[in-house]
Amino acid sequence: MDEQSKMTANAQETPVMEPGYTFGTVTEKISAIVLTRPASNGWFVGFGIAFLMTMMMLYAIGYLFLKGVGIWGVTIPIGWGFAIINFVWWIGIGHAGTLISAILLLLRQSWRNSINRFAEAMTLFAVACAGIFPGIHVGRPWLAYWLFPYPSTMGVWPQFRSPLMWDVFAVSTYATISALFWFIGLVPDMATLRDRATHPAARIIYGMLSLGWRGSARHWHRYETAYLLLAGLATPLVLSVHTVVSFDFAVGIVPGWHTTIFPPYFVAGAIYSGFAMVLMLAIPIRKIYNLEDFITELHLQNAAKVMLATGLIVAYGYGIEAFMGWYSGDRYDAFTLWNRLHGPYAIPYWSLLVCNIFIPQVLWIRKLRSNPVALFFVSLVILVGMWLERFIIVVVSLSRDFLTSSWGMYYPTRWDWMTYVGTIGMFLAAIFLFVRLLPMISIFEMRTLLPEAEVKE
Amino acid sequence: MPQIFHRSTNTLSRATIFGAVFVVAVLGWAALEVQRSPYVTYAGVRKPQPVPFSHQHHVAGLGIDCRYCHTTVETSSFAGIPPTKTCMNCHSQIWTNAQLLEPVRASYRTGQSLQWTRVNQLPDFVYFNHSIHINKGVGCNTCHGPVDQMPLMYQQESLQMEWCLDCHRAPEKNLRPREQVFNMRYQQPTGLNPVKVDGQRYDDQFDLGTALVKKYSVRSVKDITSCNTCHR
Repeated sequence: MDEQSKMTANAQETPVMEPGYTFGTVTEKISAIVLTRPASNGWFVGFGIAFLMTMMMLYAIGYLFLKGVGIWGVTIPIGWGFAIINFVWWIGIGHAGTLISAILLLLRQSWRNSINRFAEAMTLFAVACAGIFPGIHVGRPWLAYWLFPYPSTMGVWPQFRSPLMWDVFAVSTYATISALFWFIGLVPDMATLRDRATHPAARIIYGMLSLGWRGSARHWHRYETAYLLLAGLATPLVLSVHTVVSFDFAVGIVPGWHTTIFPPYFVAGAIYSGFAMVLMLAIPIRKIYNLEDFITELHLQNAAKVMLATGLIVAYGYGIEAFMGWYSGDRYDAFTLWNRLHGPYAIPYWSLLVCNIFIPQVLWIRKLRSNPVALFFVSLVILVGMWLERFIIVVVSLSRDFLTSSWGMYYPTRWDWMTYVGTIGMFLAAIFLFVRLLPMISIFEMRTLLPEAEVKE
Repeated sequence: MPQIFHRSTNTLSRATIFGAVFVVAVLGWAALEVQRSPYVTYAGVRKPQPVPFSHQHHVAGLGIDCRYCHTTVETSSFAGIPPTKTCMNCHSQIWTNAQLLEPVRASYRTGQSLQWTRVNQLPDFVYFNHSIHINKGVGCNTCHGPVDQMPLMYQQESLQMEWCLDCHRAPEKNLRPREQVFNMRYQQPTGLNPVKVDGQRYDDQFDLGTALVKKYSVRSVKDITSCNTCHR
């Protein structure tokens, strides 16, 4: 009883949505961002910068196609450089969107309603950024379609025993389900925009995207069924996609890769970085578009708690890696640990520990969890840390394997950096377009949170 | 509020959604067909040659054995293109004034080789050896087709990897007794037309092929379909 009243008190303190809204005002507030609010100068500047970064990426990729992967820093023994690091990083970021939209839906967490739409958009754009890298890192990118099994004139299929092949399936399934899930969820809101739009072109475009939605009981029934089914399909993907990505390493025998802790530790890391990205997007967006009433302190608190929890799992992963380096008695594993701490890549490794383990511990402090500025910077630190983690995994293990004769160093070139920074630009450009063209918060799901929506039985 | 879309949009959208599935399927099918067509493989294409040499005339008409010209086919990776001297063995005596054969005589006079256009061309990343195929009982016309019926030479098969693997995955489908390798009119055994090997009658290609795989010690399918059998 006491506990229950305490929970109610907590809920009153930080509601999912600020009180005082009606069906009409919720719809008006969210759809106005798309339909009536003019694009500000700030939007144009931000989009312009992101667009230029995208162009820089296309330039770097164009030059890559012209010259080949020799323009990158990859070489023997480090044949996997930025391309794989960035691929894993981006795919990981996408995971938060799926977790929020699918798992939290099945768990009936109503706070997801405010953030699922743009978290899913973030997933899609992150997967798009990730998808670039496997395509361009193959030596002959115009043959990248060889990754897919199809009845080729070579009479052979891709190697199904290779985790790289599993990756193709995991990532393409993930992209497909995420896109479908996002689009199905958008249909009722598309209809709202269609009905509220005044410009004929907007009405036609939103009208086509709303697939003839009229909001009849049958439509809602089918919508709910389809959405739940897709949520069910997407739920295992939250775990499976990054598990398969981790197999790319864990199935190999290189010291530092060949460990069974990789799948859970990768999945936790993915959600960790994904929530950091959600916060980095949500915090400025809610400020700029005055959406603090919809994306409240509760959301920031919850996201911060998820980061804290997954961050501790990641820390546990590092701990087990270090422990096994000693406990296995394997001299190569022991050396891997020593090399991370004292070798040529010690600075990135120590930075990674600081970014991923030590700094995020400030999230234990409730005051900081509800301080948007502090959360923004902690999220930034986590994203950097998670990128460094993939750098350490990919590069350090390859640079120091069993034979000293095959040791080497990795030096990324400007083309590596241009491609990486360029994908961030592409991601941001897509987000900029998204907030202007589509309702970034699910209108009809927000309406279900209103007191008006309560059905008396 | 007026309707944005006409009633017909319903039908149109259904048609486009299901039509898209159909169009994508047809495009995929067409791409795979084009990839296997002579447009890509050049199978069946007669390429221009300095002299319109007729295998039909020399093989079927005159009964010259393959090895008379392609001398190294049993011992080397390369079957061998005959030197002009081989042509002149006969053509110094017959058709000595034929205008058609002037490039051959010119080549003989000057010592400059005839520049034939290669017809059966494998990519450089494929290691192919004629002698092993001949010695394991793969007939010339199994791969080259009815050369004795070709007035102008053309490539019979696609030469694509799936075609190589068809046989490498089941060599018994195509093997014949060694002494029949150069027989352009050899028929696979049937009930009416059995093939005898070591006194044993075979009236079925599978039985014959299996026996020959054993007799000629053809290496296992696993060995001959390994990547580095052909890509060394």
